[in-house]
Amino acid sequence: MRLVKSGQVVGDTFIRVADDAQIPDDRPVIIPAARLLADAEAILRRAAPTGVLWPNNRKVAELAAYLDRLALVALDFPKFRDGRAYSQARLLRETYGFRGELRATGDVLRDQFIFLLRAGFDAFEVKKDADAAAFAGEIARHTVFYQPTGDGRVAASRTRQGV
Amino acid sequence: MYVYDDLDRTLLTERVCEFRGQVARRLSGELTEEEFKPLRLMNGVYLQLHAYMLRIAIPYGTLSTAQLRMLAHIARRYDRGYGHFTTRQNIQFHWIKLEELPNAMADLASVGMHGMQTSGNNVRNITTDQWAGVAPDEIEDPRVWAELIRQHVTLHPEFSFMPRKFKIAVGSSSHDRAALRIHDMALRLHRDDAGELGFEVMVGGGLGRTPYLALTIKPFLNTRDVLSYVEAVLRTYNQFGRRDNIWKARIKILVHELGPEAFAKEVETEWQSIKDGALALDPAVVTEIGSRFRYPTYARLDDSPPELAQARAADRRFDTWVNNSVSNHKMPGYAIVTLSLKPEGGTPGDATAEQMDAIADLADRYSFGEVRVGHEQNLALPHVAQRDLPALWQALDAIGVATPTVGLVSDIIACPGLDYCSLANARSIPVAQEITRRFHDLDLARDLGRLHINISGCINACGHHHVGHIGILGVEKNGEEFYQITIGGRADEEARLGTLIGPAVPYAEVADVVEDIVEAYLELRVRPEEIFLETVERLGVEPFKERVYATR
Repeated sequence: MRLVKSGQVVGDTFIRVADDAQIPDDRPVIIPAARLLADAEAILRRAAPTGVLWPNNRKVAELAAYLDRLALVALDFPKFRDGRAYSQARLLRETYGFRGELRATGDVLRDQFIFLLRAGFDAFEVKKDADAAAFAGEIARHTVFYQPTGDGRVAASRTRQGV
Repeated sequence: MYVYDDLDRTLLTERVCEFRGQVARRLSGELTEEEFKPLRLMNGVYLQLHAYMLRIAIPYGTLSTAQLRMLAHIARRYDRGYGHFTTRQNIQFHWIKLEELPNAMADLASVGMHGMQTSGNNVRNITTDQWAGVAPDEIEDPRVWAELIRQHVTLHPEFSFMPRKFKIAVGSSSHDRAALRIHDMALRLHRDDAGELGFEVMVGGGLGRTPYLALTIKPFLNTRDVLSYVEAVLRTYNQFGRRDNIWKARIKILVHELGPEAFAKEVETEWQSIKDGALALDPAVVTEIGSRFRYPTYARLDDSPPELAQARAADRRFDTWVNNSVSNHKMPGYAIVTLSLKPEGGTPGDATAEQMDAIADLADRYSFGEVRVGHEQNLALPHVAQRDLPALWQALDAIGVATPTVGLVSDIIACPGLDYCSLANARSIPVAQEITRRFHDLDLARDLGRLHINISGCINACGHHHVGHIGILGVEKNGEEFYQITIGGRADEEARLGTLIGPAVPYAEVADVVEDIVEAYLELRVRPEEIFLETVERLGVEPFKERVYATR
């Protein structure tokens, strides 16, 4: 697995903390959803950034109250074919206005990159090294988009209107 | 005709390029078949019994002659000289080699065609009335809306990995020729009491193992809101549709498990939060898309020209064909001509490369260069001057697409079945062929009147057997092909699912059973004008069941 951000393979500053492990005070962490919800106020009072790993079968509305204090939300793709997290990502970005890191994790392959970016993800835990290395080239393949999403790419209908 | 611009062309070219890379990675072993599968499916490539199959979209059933000639080229260059038109305004080629697929797709892209989203768990080809733009009973050309929706859902980043496939149909006429209620989502264009244009929105239809007709969740949706509402429905489905069981993954199950009111409420909440955002349709965008549909410049002609009447009087075969295959056009002096792909003993929906080329030539000459594809697996020439009908008929008859049985017993809808399909339990094509041979007597077929037979080779119901007046479903029993027979289904504006008449029958008896049902109908109908479906609706299935099983 390689982490890709801004088109580059980068090191991960966050550590994953399991359900029963101690949460360090001074390090950026990604913790499971249930643990965050059980003790959110205390966890979010820590000095270091907090991220949450959110499952794809739970409504992101439950996260709304904490989003301004979360540095990162990781959304899961248990299988390539399971696309629930695309909707969660767009809701987080476009409905709830989340501006922190939105990370795709799980079965993340090259052929999803453009979809993930367009849905609002900006960090990618890429399963295969070769795919991670191909990230920038893969994104550059696509220049025309038919539908507007929150990613700022201009939809074809707007281009045609000269907007 | 919708005419592509540079943006449409670029998108397609980039897609072909991406697929070429994916095929190369599969051939080199970098991608496993499991990883490659969802990628090829998004481009319409299936792995069937004998070879890869490529399904190409014919959006809302409209083809230019350049496109039809390209399909002929694909058939000749990459396949075995023919193609198969499906029940969803697609065409399939069943014998394509994986390594040649990228070139075939590049050829198709050169005329604005593709296989994108003709398979996979995404929004499939948007279908509509094959007579769109020319039907006399139409409110407005539904293809403009179908194209707006097509663009919106093409390579949609959020909806490319849904629980299951998602089929949308758009209708605009009082008579439903698009089988709206058997779709995951259907939009019917109509006007409210104030004369405002909008859509009735139906969701949750679909056949397969658990057949349902779509239910109306919004009687009137302003056209401005159509994209945001589609988005809200898809978002609701993508998040909450079942993914634990492929047989329960279609939206129909979600709608029926939640209940249509609760489902509609979820959609409404989501829709309210996005309806005034970027998806609210600017009238200029609708106008722009509409302006890229090219319409013929019709001549000023009168209905029923004398040369047509003379030709009909002079030739009984021609007269029979006109009665059967020619329909009213919204413009005086013009007609819509259906080209039958159901010759006696043939494979329903198949056309050879030679036929496609010849039809393209005839469309250029007689139909302003336009051809249509309908869900009944026939083609149509949508703008034929009535005075040209005699000459056109001669030419169509010569290439075998003037069988005057449109809408009759041998105009059978059938899936490819076990002859091609890896999902099938039983053959469909030979059953259809045998039935057409049994009913080759045209006078009998005409006497029987409108009678739709639909055949599916498995429970996936690609042949729409549930909504056939007579539906035939292939099943497997102890390694042998058996067929369940339903009657009384219909796919039009009064859509209804057929009723099973009894135990499945073996392959060799299917045509006999159809004959028994038809004989029973002839005895039971109160007058010749009462069509089979009306007799079934009046009497129920019992008398037919008795007839079929009395001696079995």
